Amino acid sequence: MPGQSLFQRIAGQIGLYGAIACYVVFALLPIYWTIKISVTPQDLLYSEGIRLWPSRMTLDNYASVLKASDFPRYFLNSIIVSVTTAIIVTAVASFAGYALSRFKFRGKALVSLVLLLTQTFPLVMVIPPIYRIMGQLGLTDNLYGLIIIYTAFNIAFATFLMQSFLDGVPKDLEEAAMIDGCTRLDALRRVILPLTLPGMGATVAFVFTAAWSELLFGLMLINSESQKTFSVGLLTFVGKFAVDWGQMMAASVLALIPVCLFFLFLQRYLVTGLTAGAVKG
Amino acid sequence: MASVSLRNVHKKFGPVTVLESIDLEIADGEFVVLVGPSGCGKSTLLRSIAGLESINGGEIRIGDRQINHVAPKDRDIAMVFQSYALYPHMDVRQNMAFSLNLRKSPAELIAERVTAASAKLGLGSLLERLPKQLSGGQRQRVAMGRAIVRNPKVFLFDEPLSNLDAKLRSTMRTEIKALHQSLKTTAIYVTHDQVEAMTMANRIVVMHDGIIQQVGPPLELYDRPINIFVAGFIGSPTMNFFDAVSAGKSARLGDGSALALPASAAVKAGQEIVIGIRPEHLHFSREGLPGTVVVVEPLGMSTQVTLDAAGERVTLMALERPKLAPGEAKYLSAKPEDIHVFDRASGLRLN
Repeated sequence: MPGQSLFQRIAGQIGLYGAIACYVVFALLPIYWTIKISVTPQDLLYSEGIRLWPSRMTLDNYASVLKASDFPRYFLNSIIVSVTTAIIVTAVASFAGYALSRFKFRGKALVSLVLLLTQTFPLVMVIPPIYRIMGQLGLTDNLYGLIIIYTAFNIAFATFLMQSFLDGVPKDLEEAAMIDGCTRLDALRRVILPLTLPGMGATVAFVFTAAWSELLFGLMLINSESQKTFSVGLLTFVGKFAVDWGQMMAASVLALIPVCLFFLFLQRYLVTGLTAGAVKG
Repeated sequence: MASVSLRNVHKKFGPVTVLESIDLEIADGEFVVLVGPSGCGKSTLLRSIAGLESINGGEIRIGDRQINHVAPKDRDIAMVFQSYALYPHMDVRQNMAFSLNLRKSPAELIAERVTAASAKLGLGSLLERLPKQLSGGQRQRVAMGRAIVRNPKVFLFDEPLSNLDAKLRSTMRTEIKALHQSLKTTAIYVTHDQVEAMTMANRIVVMHDGIIQQVGPPLELYDRPINIFVAGFIGSPTMNFFDAVSAGKSARLGDGSALALPASAAVKAGQEIVIGIRPEHLHFSREGLPGTVVVVEPLGMSTQVTLDAAGERVTLMALERPKLAPGEAKYLSAKPEDIHVFDRASGLRLN
C-alpha cells in the first residue's frame, strides 16, 4: 500500500497472518484433540488429561474399533447413504435448478417460496409426523428411509445452489448449441453441464457432508445394529456407566477419513465452484 | 442459400406487442440489416427467424418451407451472437466443428471445412486455443467461423460487433461485408448502429416500436426518409428539424424567418409541418436563417459547427474550414431541393 513505511507493512502482514493462525488453531484444535485422545492408552486418559501429547502412544483403540465393534458395518452404511443421497440430490437439483434458472412458468415464484419455506422449519417439529409416515410405509429401520429423508431435506438448498451456478452460464451458449443442432437436452448435456461441473462438485460435497454427519434422523429411524450409520454408531461407545473415549475418538478419526478424501478429490472443482457461487450470491 | 419471407408476423410478450404485422421479403443472397433503437423489436424478430422465440401469428418461410414450428436445429441457419457464445470448454477447432459433429458429417469433410474457414478468417494458428485465450477480435472471428462451416441457408447476426472497440469494429465490418460478397449467403444482420447499417446493407429495414418504418437501399433511406423517425435515425450527425407553418411555396419558422420549400412539397397553406435539413446541406450565407455559433468541432476532413437557430440546436457540417468563434452571429441557408418536409401530426413525408 502506498504511503506506508516498511515497518507498517511488516506489522500489517504479521497481524494478518497472526489472525489467520489464531483462526486455524481455533478450528483445528478439536480435531487435533480427537486424534490425540484416539492414540492415548486408557490408563493415561485421565492422569495426563491436558498434556498436548500422551507420553505413550497406542493403536489399541483403532484395533478394537475395527475388529471388536460393529463400526465397519456403520461405516459402510454411512457410505451407502451419503453417496446415494449426494448423487440423487445433485441429479434432481441440477434439473430443478435448470428449470428455475431458464424457464418462466406458472407458479414459479410459489415453487421457489415453498422450497425456501421447507428450510425454515425446525427439524424437531417435523420429526413426529415423519416418523409416523415412514413407519406406515415400512421405511423405518432401513437405509432407504434415511436416503429418502436426507434427499428430501437437502434438495431445496441444493436446487438454489445449482440455480445460482446455472444462472452464471450465459443463455446464449445453449441457444447457440440449439442452432448448431442440439435439442434442449443435448445442449444441457454437451454444453451446460460440462460448464457447471464446479457447481455440481460443490453440491455433491455439500450434500455428502450433510448426510454423512446427520444424527437426528438416523437416531430416530434406525434401531437395529445392522442398519446404523456411523454417527448413530458413535453413541454405542457411550455406556450406561462410562464413556469409552479412546474408541469413540478412534472411530471419529476413521469417520473423518472419507470426508477428507472426498474433499481432496473435489478440491479442484470446489475452489472455483465456491467462489463462483459466492460472487453470484 | 435461400430467400426468407415474413408474412404478417405478430409477437407478444404477455400484454405487450413487440412485433406488429411484419411483412418482409428477403431475396436469396441479400444482406439485410434490421436497425432501430433498443426495444424496437429487431432482436426479437431475428430470434423469431432463428426459432429461439415463437411467434403469435403470421408465417415465416425459409426458401419454400414454412418454419413456424420447426426447431432451431432443423432450420438450417447459423447465428453469430453479440456475446459470441463460444463454448468455453472446447478449443477453436471443436467450436467450429461442433455443429458438423452433431450432424455426424464425415471426418474428412469436417477437417476440410474447418481448415477452409479458418484460413479464410486467419485463424489457422489458433485452432488448439481455448476461447479464454483469445482476444475479442479473434473470438469474433471464431464465432464467424462456426457459422461459416455450417454452410447454412441463412446467416443471422445479432449485434455481432457491439462488444468490439471502435477500430476493430470498422475492420470487422469490412471483413463481414467481404465475406458476404464471397459466400453470397443470405444474411440478416441486427444492429442499433446506423453506420453499420448504412455501410453493410443491400437493404435496410428500420424498425420502431415493433413496426417496420421503412425498407430500402441505404442511400434511398438517407435521401428520402419516409417519416420523421427514419429521418432522425439514419444519418450521423442527425438531421436538423424545425417546426414550421407552411405558407404555400415557403415555410415560416418559429423565429419568424422564412425558408423556401422544394417544389415537390405537397403542402396546404397554413399546414403545420416539420422541416428537416441534413447537417451537410446547411450552409453559411449572406442572408437567411439567423443563428449563433455555440461550439466548433474540427474533425479534419470536415468541421462540425453547432448553432442556436429558430429555437433549435442545429448542427452544420462544413467541408471548408470556417473561421468561427463561439457567440458569433451567422446566417444559414439550404437549397430547396435539399429540404425534407414532414407533416407535424402524422410525421409522414410530404415531398
